Amino acid sequence: MGDGPPSLWEWIARNWDTGRAGSIKDLLGDHLLMSLVPVVAGLALALPLGLACIRWRLLYQPTSALFNVLYALPSLPLFMMLISATGLSPVTVIIPLTFYAMAVLIPAVVDGIGAVPDHVRQSAVAMGFTPLRRLVRVELPIAAPVVIAGLRVVAVSSISLVSVGALIGQGGLGMLFTRAYQNPFLPPVVVGIGLIVLLALVADGLLVLAQRLLTPWERARRAT
Amino acid sequence: MNWLIDFFGAPERWSGPYGIPVRLLEHLEFSALALFLAMLVAVPLGLLIGHTGRGHLVVVVSANLARAIPTLGALVLFVLLLGTASIWPVIIPLVLLAVPPILVNTFEGIRGVDPELRDAAYGMGLRGGQVLGQVLVPVALPLILLGLRLSAIQVVATTTVAAYTGLGGLGRFVIDGFATQDYASVFGGSVLIVLFALVVQIGFTLVQRVTVSPGVSRRLKVRDSGATSR
Repeated sequence: MGDGPPSLWEWIARNWDTGRAGSIKDLLGDHLLMSLVPVVAGLALALPLGLACIRWRLLYQPTSALFNVLYALPSLPLFMMLISATGLSPVTVIIPLTFYAMAVLIPAVVDGIGAVPDHVRQSAVAMGFTPLRRLVRVELPIAAPVVIAGLRVVAVSSISLVSVGALIGQGGLGMLFTRAYQNPFLPPVVVGIGLIVLLALVADGLLVLAQRLLTPWERARRAT
Repeated sequence: MNWLIDFFGAPERWSGPYGIPVRLLEHLEFSALALFLAMLVAVPLGLLIGHTGRGHLVVVVSANLARAIPTLGALVLFVLLLGTASIWPVIIPLVLLAVPPILVNTFEGIRGVDPELRDAAYGMGLRGGQVLGQVLVPVALPLILLGLRLSAIQVVATTTVAAYTGLGGLGRFVIDGFATQDYASVFGGSVLIVLFALVVQIGFTLVQRVTVSPGVSRRLKVRDSGATSR
């Protein structure tokens, strides 16, 4: 680098905030939105579904089979099939990613709450906890480590998968890859990969932090 | 549903170098090649690390990092760096992305074997290699196969995306069709890829049925003597 084509840092400085659509800053914002909505929506849908699967055991087998199959489907054909319904919009990318998230999170919810020891549940009942309060105050906190482990997998893979959306023009930072390919030029690819990996690491770190805050007794146990 | 007839009904779709049979074979060929090469690297390495217990941190960290790497970015990076003279600039990232799931699950499978079982095998006079081959691998097989299945899912999806960088395969129908606004090709290709992925899934389920020992998968009902259950 140096003479001739712009160096990596020069390219970043020039394209960070151009004021036009498609600046790195814009793409970063799109990317965050498109990768975080599936994580949040996935959790919001997986919680009630997971609880339903615990309540009615018969439901679990078909539900997990269905989501296992969905999880095995590549994202690109799913995007393409959705285009006719949702058009070329971020929603087209968000929907399949939400399904992938649910495929990981439903078993996490079921396993996490399934692992609550029976004597703990019975103590809560004996102490007069209503079912809802028991869920929120006892069962969910105990299930938190397993659910958060699932969320970490989901957040990281969702952040990297959004970039495939670039093939339909909705890829957040993935747009840097298609741009670099059409107009052969290395810096956009390096910046795109770098920022996506960085985002994934930050998301992962925040979830680890959240787990520490949500499960203070784990720390107390380790200290003794 | 007209596009279904447009796509699958046209006779020229079924012959020639850009026809469905050729594209299907390409997809199978690239996916199988990448999965095979990844397996060649990841299974022995996972067995070694799981058996000796050395280097497990490297496995966990690299696997987490690999999940964060965007497949499209990796493909474009390799193609820009190495050109498109052969298929290898595309196959290399396919292999690299397929390694971690197999590696992690093989390692976890071996490490997760009940230590009592391992001790019993040594106690019966088996050597290290025999313990690995005759006891640890059969017991860890469900997890090893899970790793292979997850990897296969990943490879089938990445091969689809790789069509963007000029690789053949079923992704071409989707990506070329999208570029030329030939939506029959886009939807038809998508259906083919989805079917392909489903067949791969079913294939792995069958392999698991056949290869996993009945004692391990608990299809064989063993009467509990109390000593084996906890």
